[in-house]
Formats: sequence, C-alpha cells, structure tokens
Amino acid sequence: MDVLIEYSPSLLAGAWVTLQVAVLSLLLAVSTGLFGAACKLSKIAPLRWWTALYTTILRGVPDLVMMLLVFYGGQVLLNQISDYLEWDMIELNAFAAGVLTIGLIFGAYFTETFRGAFQAVPVGQMEAGRAYGMSGWQVFRRILFPQMLRYALPGMGNNWLVLLKSTAIVSMIGLSDMTWLADQAGRTTHQPFAFYLAVCVLYLTMTSVSNAVLQRLERRYNVGVREANV
Amino acid sequence: MEWFDLTVVTGSLPEFWRGLWMTLHLTAIALVVGFGFAVPLSIARLSKNPWVSAPVRAYTYFFRGTPMLVQLLLIYYGVGQSEWMQGMWEAGNPFWLLFRDAYFCALLAFTLNTCAYQLEMFAGAIRNTPHGEVEAATAMGMTRSTALRRIILPSALRRALPPLSNEVILMLQGSAIASAVTLVDLTGAARNVYSRHYAPFEAFIFAGLLYLAVTFVLVGLFRVAENRWLAHLQPRRSASAQKD
Repeated sequence: MDVLIEYSPSLLAGAWVTLQVAVLSLLLAVSTGLFGAACKLSKIAPLRWWTALYTTILRGVPDLVMMLLVFYGGQVLLNQISDYLEWDMIELNAFAAGVLTIGLIFGAYFTETFRGAFQAVPVGQMEAGRAYGMSGWQVFRRILFPQMLRYALPGMGNNWLVLLKSTAIVSMIGLSDMTWLADQAGRTTHQPFAFYLAVCVLYLTMTSVSNAVLQRLERRYNVGVREANV
Repeated sequence: MEWFDLTVVTGSLPEFWRGLWMTLHLTAIALVVGFGFAVPLSIARLSKNPWVSAPVRAYTYFFRGTPMLVQLLLIYYGVGQSEWMQGMWEAGNPFWLLFRDAYFCALLAFTLNTCAYQLEMFAGAIRNTPHGEVEAATAMGMTRSTALRRIILPSALRRALPPLSNEVILMLQGSAIASAVTLVDLTGAARNVYSRHYAPFEAFIFAGLLYLAVTFVLVGLFRVAENRWLAHLQPRRSASAQKD
C-alpha cells in the first residue's frame, strides 16, 4: 500500500494523459461521425461508397493494428517527406498518433450511430419546419439536430465507454498513460499486481462517472417523451 | 510501388499463417468457454436472492468497466509475479504453474472478459422475454426449470444473436492485445515482420486485411444463423417491400 501512495502522483498524471487522449479522440470521432453520416445520407453516390469503405475497414481491423500502422507507418512517411524537403528528422508524437487513430476508428462507429439517428427522425417533422418557412439550416438546427440527438444518445454513450477503455492500448506505442506508468512502477517495485489493480480502479471510476452522467443526459433529452409501459 | 514491397509479405507468409491460427483458436476457445459459463451465470444474475446475483453483478461490473489489456496484464504480470504465486511455484503446485504460461493467461483473461459481456447480453434477453410466453408455460404446468429450458432460454438465446455477433467480432479484434504478453498472434507476427524488415505498411496492412477477411466470414456466418433462427422475428416479405 505504501508504494501506491508513493507513486500516486505519477499514476494520477497518467490518468490525466488517459483522459486527454479519450476526450480529444471523442471530439475527433464525433466530428468525423457527423461528417460521415452526412456523406452516407448524401445524394452523391461516390460519397456514399467512400464512407461505406471507411466504416467497413475501420471497424473490421483491430484498433491496435491500426495504431501500429499509423505510428510506425506515419514515421516512415514523415521521414520520406523530411528527406525530400531536406528538413531535419521529425519525430512522430505517440500522443498525436494515438488520438488520430482512436478518433478515426470511433469516427466510423459514430458515423453509423448518427446515420441511424438522423433516419429515425420522422420526415413529417422536417416538412412541417419547411412549411413554417424555415430555411434548410434552420430546419437542421431547430428540428432535425435536437431530435436526432435523442435517438443518438444511447449509442453515443456506448461508443464513449468503449473508446475510453480502448485508450489503454496507447501504452503499447510508448505513450506514458496510466497503464504504461503502472507497468513501469510495477517493474521497479516488484509489485505489479497492486499497480494494475490501481489502474483498474481508476478506469472503473471513469466508467462509473460516465454512466451516471449519461443517465442524466438521457433523461434530459427524453423530457416530454412518454415511455411505453408494457 | 516503393512503399509496399510485396516480397516482404510473401517471404513471411508462414509466419502470418501461424499468427492467424493463434488468433483464431485463442478467440474461438475464449468465446466457446465464455459462452458455457455465461448461460448459467446470466440466470444467476437475474436471481432474486442477492447472495446469488450480487457476486455476478460485481464480476460484470469489474470486467466490463476496465480495459481487457489491463485485465490481461493484471493476470499475467500481476498474479504471475506475486510473491505468493512464486511460493506456490516453488512448492511445485501444477495448477498455479499455469499462470507462468502466457497462452493460459491470455485465454483466461479473454474468457473472463467475454463471459462478462455475453452474460449481460443473455440476462437482458431473458428479461425481455414476452410475459405471455412465461405465463403460458406456467399455465401448461411447467416447473420453473422446465420453462427455463424449453421456453425462456431458446427464445432469449435467439434474440441475443445480433448482439452476440457484435461481441464475437469485438473479441476477434480485442485478441490483438495478446502480443502484449509475448504471444505471437496475427498482430504479434506483423510486429515481428515490421521489426525485421522495418516495413510497417507491408506488415500491418497485410495483417489488417487478414483480420478484415475473418470479420467478413464471421458476419456472413451470423447472417446465415440469424436467417435460420430468427426468421420468425423478421418483417414479413410482402410484394411491395421486395424491391428494397
């Protein structure tokens, strides 16, 4: 127990890195997802095909393989570019590679979530908006988007929980998140069990807090919707 | 193409096949054993007796709330290297010697993880059994266990097929972390090829394509299974809907 207290500042710093990776990836994933959903629902066929290819590949390949490809492959590309331009070698940052990979992978999941949610909003709602004389953007902002969010929330919550847990793999490209720091501390003190257990507790705290927040959000966005009591 | 040297792939094919085989049987064994424990545990999860349901809930809370990578490290490095465990090894206890083996530890972590997810899926499906089905079974004079065996489980397990197909694919992809404990699965093979040839694109793109191929096969198999066992729940095909 003493070693845990001794190393707690380091572990908490790692938890902060994990949270940063998770939140930045989430932002990237949500914006990619909204854009992807718009492409999937677009009238332009090639746009739909490319998005279908993107979601199929990104959801069919393990996150770790993708991350290793982005991290090591990205370094090779960077080297070639800096060679060509006769610059000094640029080191690819593990943090950036991690956020980029997780953000793009979950962008594919969010694309599917948002696509389904947009389609769940009844067409009559949009027609009514137009009939009131709203512009296309106004219909989107006032009618489509808020209602879409209600349908999307359960899926978004689920995606966030999976995303949060998949941040642990950034430790495998050497980013000092809490899993990596626990690994190091476990080796130095010869008490790996205590440290990995501490990481588990930290992750459990994050997922439990997320669950509580998500439940409140869902209640808020479902105001005025009657539940079917069977 | 300069950045994709096909000879790196062709030269390492046996290594990739061995890795793929390792990935496939790790995933398959974990899924099957996990399923075997998940079905009875899902019934325990729904028990009205808190002494039965609370431990199961605690188990799923832990395993669904933490990353599988950390669970794997906890079992392999954490449990395996504890002093208590090393004492057991010196005493020559054959059961605890298993924790020295990376393959056993990976299998244990994967099984515990997938069992927790499958269990909650089945519990959800059982909870959603239409009330009339259970009532009808009681009216026919079935005991609780007979109703469970003949009515509730067959219906619930079928309805759990779509989420189960998701879990199978997530497990296949999740197994990529086996390379963190020195196992040479498909990802591990790709990492070896990468470090030997310094060829990240060849190694990881080819491994990714193999994972993608296995995913397609699994999705196809589940589609066949759903057509067979979930046909009664699918929307009826009318002439007007045919063109969709």
